[in-house]
Amino acid sequence: MSKKKTKYKRRYDSLPTVLLFVLPALIPLIVFWIYPILRSIYLSFTNWDYISPTYKIVWFKNYASLFRNPRFYEALWHTVVFTAGTLFPTIILGLILALLLVKNFRGSGIVKFILFSPWITPTVAISIVWSWIYKVDGGIANTILTNLGMTPLKWINSSDTAMLSVIIVTIWKSLGYSMIFYLSALERVPGELYEAGALDGAFGWRQFVDITLPSISPTTFFLSIITMVNSLQAYDQIQVLTQGGPAGSTRTLLYMYYQLGFQEFNMGQATAVAVVMIILTAGLSLIQFKVSEKWVHY
Amino acid sequence: MAEIILKNITKEYENGFQAVKNINLEIKDNEFVILVGPSGCGKSTTLRMIAGLEDISEGDLYLDGNRINDVPPQNRDIAMVFQNYALYPHMTVYQNIAYSLKIKKVPKDEIDRRVKEVAASLGLTELLDRRPGQLSGGQKQRVAMGRAIIRHPKAFLMDEPLSNLDAKLRGQMRVEIADLYQRLNTTFIYVTHDQTEAMTLGTKIVVMKDGEIQQTDSPTNLFNYPVNKFVAGFIGTPAMNFFDAECTEEDGMVVLRTADGMIPLPEEKAAKLKEGGWLGKTVSAGIRPEHVRLCTEAEAAFKGTVSVFELLGSNAIIYVQCGDQRIIMNTDETDRQEHGSEVCLKPLAEKLHIFDPETERTITN
Repeated sequence: MSKKKTKYKRRYDSLPTVLLFVLPALIPLIVFWIYPILRSIYLSFTNWDYISPTYKIVWFKNYASLFRNPRFYEALWHTVVFTAGTLFPTIILGLILALLLVKNFRGSGIVKFILFSPWITPTVAISIVWSWIYKVDGGIANTILTNLGMTPLKWINSSDTAMLSVIIVTIWKSLGYSMIFYLSALERVPGELYEAGALDGAFGWRQFVDITLPSISPTTFFLSIITMVNSLQAYDQIQVLTQGGPAGSTRTLLYMYYQLGFQEFNMGQATAVAVVMIILTAGLSLIQFKVSEKWVHY
Repeated sequence: MAEIILKNITKEYENGFQAVKNINLEIKDNEFVILVGPSGCGKSTTLRMIAGLEDISEGDLYLDGNRINDVPPQNRDIAMVFQNYALYPHMTVYQNIAYSLKIKKVPKDEIDRRVKEVAASLGLTELLDRRPGQLSGGQKQRVAMGRAIIRHPKAFLMDEPLSNLDAKLRGQMRVEIADLYQRLNTTFIYVTHDQTEAMTLGTKIVVMKDGEIQQTDSPTNLFNYPVNKFVAGFIGTPAMNFFDAECTEEDGMVVLRTADGMIPLPEEKAAKLKEGGWLGKTVSAGIRPEHVRLCTEAEAAFKGTVSVFELLGSNAIIYVQCGDQRIIMNTDETDRQEHGSEVCLKPLAEKLHIFDPETERTITN
């Protein structure tokens, strides 16, 4: 028996066999993910200008100057504001929409499709349309505000409202996505739990807090991670709507990376920003995973 | 303390399907009532109407004399144990049991005392900090019962509570439920399609079919005096044997003539058949497997060959193929009968049940 087991083990544990199974997955991972990350980390220690074939190793100089640069902290703050400003509304509004649409009614399929459609529309196209909506003179947004008797805003043309404008576009785009996930999560909550709750005396808000929310917590967790990563990676809408302006008011870390690398040709410092972003994303995800142990119930 | 009365209760769904048709049922205080029947007979719907989880389309439901058709479930003071336990997966055993009291804003120390008391009585003390996902089927079922018990409800409703458990555990839990009923001394309404559960637990059994009550009686009466062929066939394992026979009078004696012989009937049954004008007509007869005997060829009502012999330890079940009819015999003669061996069978005439072949109603038991 034990002889047979060893033989088996030897046959399947041999390196070529293992590689045969692992390589198809590993090769793309190495080529498109691990190598670029390592290469970026390497570049962040150089003074490469993106064009010259030569560069020097400058070690931590890029990081040192980055951490001394007020523009970096400003971009970091904008990233936090943008991420928080999109994350919570996307999740909360997505859940509210799902709760409204979970019961099928005539035409509910069409409503769901309309709400989901921004997610499958290219962000660039969406952003162009929104840039028209945000036009100070004659834009739909201001027309609505004026009709409601409110003061028109400058939207993407003012550093006071530009971030809000970009956040609104981003929420509008991802709302349908979170709604679809919540819809399927709500449909999966066993009806018996609500019935047991009804007999125990849980209904209305109590039922929502004690039964619905914990039952859909894995979806909330998933959406919070995905939305956070999407927000940290937001680029298209910023590029089309504001190009990081006015006066840098919508410059996030990713946009700063773009500006440093491809406008200022300082690839060394740009990749240093990218490395900081990787650490930031990993750190935030880790925190979410840790915290989730307390509130996510599988 | 609860007396529940169902008066002309009907449940009709929006598509016009009637799940329950005009049923009447009186459940007295401290009764253990079993609703039993095949799938789709309306037993669960009836239970859910009593719980308040389904609206009643027509009729009146009374709890202790008060009409409760429109009383919401949480105000009926009724607890229910669900088939899939319906435990809150994110709460610990303690929180699951305590939940209804927490909603009622019962003081914390009283909740604590009552939860611990209930947990101790159900052997759950060690498991109070666990979540349902970490429990076995039997433990989950016990938590579900604990959640019901802690409320001191007027009545316990149980919807096929043991159907998700394996055979051994089911037997064990059945005993625990019986024990619980003795201890709590309150009204139980229990839905099952397992007639062993029905026979062993119930003080009163309600047999349902197609949304209608077929018979309401004690387990013994249901077994011995079924009102129709459906009840006769549904109650008892293995199920009752049915066969058609001609009712004739031979030498001044009323007999049932079968394909292979005849069965002389005892006086009482003979009189009933005569009274009903069944002489010369074909009736449907039923005999329980435990009332079939091996016999000599001269006494035989059925002759056939053994197709299956199942030895169950102290008894054996023999399946005998008699032409196109299969007769099942449950006997304590455990000597193996070889497959294909020829046997002669006779029913115990005094144990025969005779039904009207058209209406399937009982003529005599």
